[in-house]
Amino acid sequence: MAKPTASPVRTGLVHLALIIYTLIALFPVFLTVINSFKDRSSIFRDPLGLPTPSTFSLIGYQTVLGQGDFVLYFQNSFIVTGVSIFFVLLFGAMAAFALSEYRFRGNTLMGLYLALGIMIPIRLGTVAILQGMVAAGLVNTLTALILVYTAQGLPLAVFILTEFMQTVSDDLKNAGRIDGLSEYSIFFRLVLPLVRPAMATVAVFTMIPIWNDLWFPLILAPSDATKTVTLGSQVFIGQFVTNWNAVLAALTLAIVPVLVLYLIFSRQLIRGITSGAVK
Amino acid sequence: MKACGRVNQLIYEFESRNGNKTLGSLKIENIRKSFGQVDVLKGIDLEVKDGEFVIFVGPSGCGKSTLLRVIAGLEDATSGDILIDGKKVNNTPPAKRGIAMVFQTYALYPHLSVRDNMGLGLKQAGKPADEIKERIGIASNMLSLDAYLERRPAELSGGQRQRVAIGRAIVREPQLFLFDEPLSNLDAALRVNTRIEIARLHRQLKATMIYVTHDQVEAMTLADKIVVLNQGRIEQVGSPMELYNSPQTVFVAGFIGSPQMNLVDATKLGLSGAKTIGIRPEHIQVSKTSGEWKGSVIHVEHLGADTIIYLQTDFGPLTVRLFGEHNYDVDGVLYATPDAGRTYRFDNEGQVIKG
Repeated sequence: MAKPTASPVRTGLVHLALIIYTLIALFPVFLTVINSFKDRSSIFRDPLGLPTPSTFSLIGYQTVLGQGDFVLYFQNSFIVTGVSIFFVLLFGAMAAFALSEYRFRGNTLMGLYLALGIMIPIRLGTVAILQGMVAAGLVNTLTALILVYTAQGLPLAVFILTEFMQTVSDDLKNAGRIDGLSEYSIFFRLVLPLVRPAMATVAVFTMIPIWNDLWFPLILAPSDATKTVTLGSQVFIGQFVTNWNAVLAALTLAIVPVLVLYLIFSRQLIRGITSGAVK
Repeated sequence: MKACGRVNQLIYEFESRNGNKTLGSLKIENIRKSFGQVDVLKGIDLEVKDGEFVIFVGPSGCGKSTLLRVIAGLEDATSGDILIDGKKVNNTPPAKRGIAMVFQTYALYPHLSVRDNMGLGLKQAGKPADEIKERIGIASNMLSLDAYLERRPAELSGGQRQRVAIGRAIVREPQLFLFDEPLSNLDAALRVNTRIEIARLHRQLKATMIYVTHDQVEAMTLADKIVVLNQGRIEQVGSPMELYNSPQTVFVAGFIGSPQMNLVDATKLGLSGAKTIGIRPEHIQVSKTSGEWKGSVIHVEHLGADTIIYLQTDFGPLTVRLFGEHNYDVDGVLYATPDAGRTYRFDNEGQVIKG
């Protein structure tokens, strides 16, 4: 709801700032997309130019799809991202529910411990993780990636969801208890629907780093059968020759699923916010 | 009128189905509750008979809501026993205690329709769909909610939501109704209407009801029996008029009645044998010429039916309530005289001195 006092100049300046930021943020994406549709020589001759009939070429996409494995790489990325998000949301929400709902000794300490991961990057533990995965025989499996990403996503999820779950009214949960709902039903049927906007936020925050990650696929699952899209695109980057058409085409393709998932989650997010406003 | 006849018939069915069932008595034995170092309830003993309307009243933080939650089974007591219908229910989960609760914030399930909100408890208990439908029909008829059964709580007004919350309690056909400050989120006009509705429900259902409020007017108007709580202890139990006419402690004397009873230090009045003297504002007569105590008028409130006068006297402020309209000038001198035999004397421990 716009405040009636906001002057048009002020609103205009805010919009200008936002538009400039949007342009800066979108520029690399735009560059990637237009260049993926040009032939090799025109990428270097005129990197900022739009594809024209004379420079238009689908050679990059032909190379990427011709490689055959890319469908598999996409599938791997989808599985890893999807399953990781599912576990992060499930376990994150459960931990958050316990922390916000039950009084027990060490509640605060446990909350701090679970939030510690926000401050300490998981990559610091790469060597130990690799050793562990080797010992467990999980190297070159998608399971290894899912485990790592779930661990990586949980701290933030627990932290955000705990805050949100504290806002769910105690009376509502107690009404459920009196109506005979089990603690699990209260969690799944009363609390989760009410924190859906927060879940969408967490899903977006969790999804993007996982999808874009190069580090852990390179270290834990570099085999051809388990490559993710980001890692798969690297085959076109050589030490001496880089197939820019193919790299750009692969990256363009990799943007699409993230975009779709983001749109789905953000719609949830907006729906959650507006449904709350009507109440 | 036609609808009214239908309601009566439904109530008759409701009662005949529950005809042989005892309506639920409650016994509380030495209940204590501590949160860490803080003792919230310090040994509560109470007996509630079948069909009684009992109100727990007290200032915020006195433990009344905690006591209600202990009865409901939402909190465990640190020690002591709860008996519903003679059965010990200390370890029975809330859903199995035969209770229903109405919450201050309504606590309706936001994503379910009114019908599903009312039916959820029965569905969880595994009742057949026909019976659930019938019971919802009866409750919604009683509360005039028929037109709203398919709506979501967000599409209802505050008063309607509160009626749905009460309906959700009725369909469970509980032995014991628990109300946790059910009217405090409603505006003044709606509060009076809903109060009357709750009183009517109590007469119709003849069920045992326990009701928590901090508003002594609600307590006085609804209760068969009022339990005044203060700092985790029961100060006094009695009918509204017992509490009004013979308060056992200074606390009860000050809490029951509006405006508050005047509590005056006895030494300032030059009286011995008591610590505090209590006089209700409505038991004082005033005169411009003569009287026992002299005071100057600080403020006058005209309420139409009543006039409330605030006086400053030698021994402190004094409130006087006169019936009808009276005009007195602020800063004017006024003499006040208490009605003979209607003053209360309290000792050092705040207990009333008889006689």
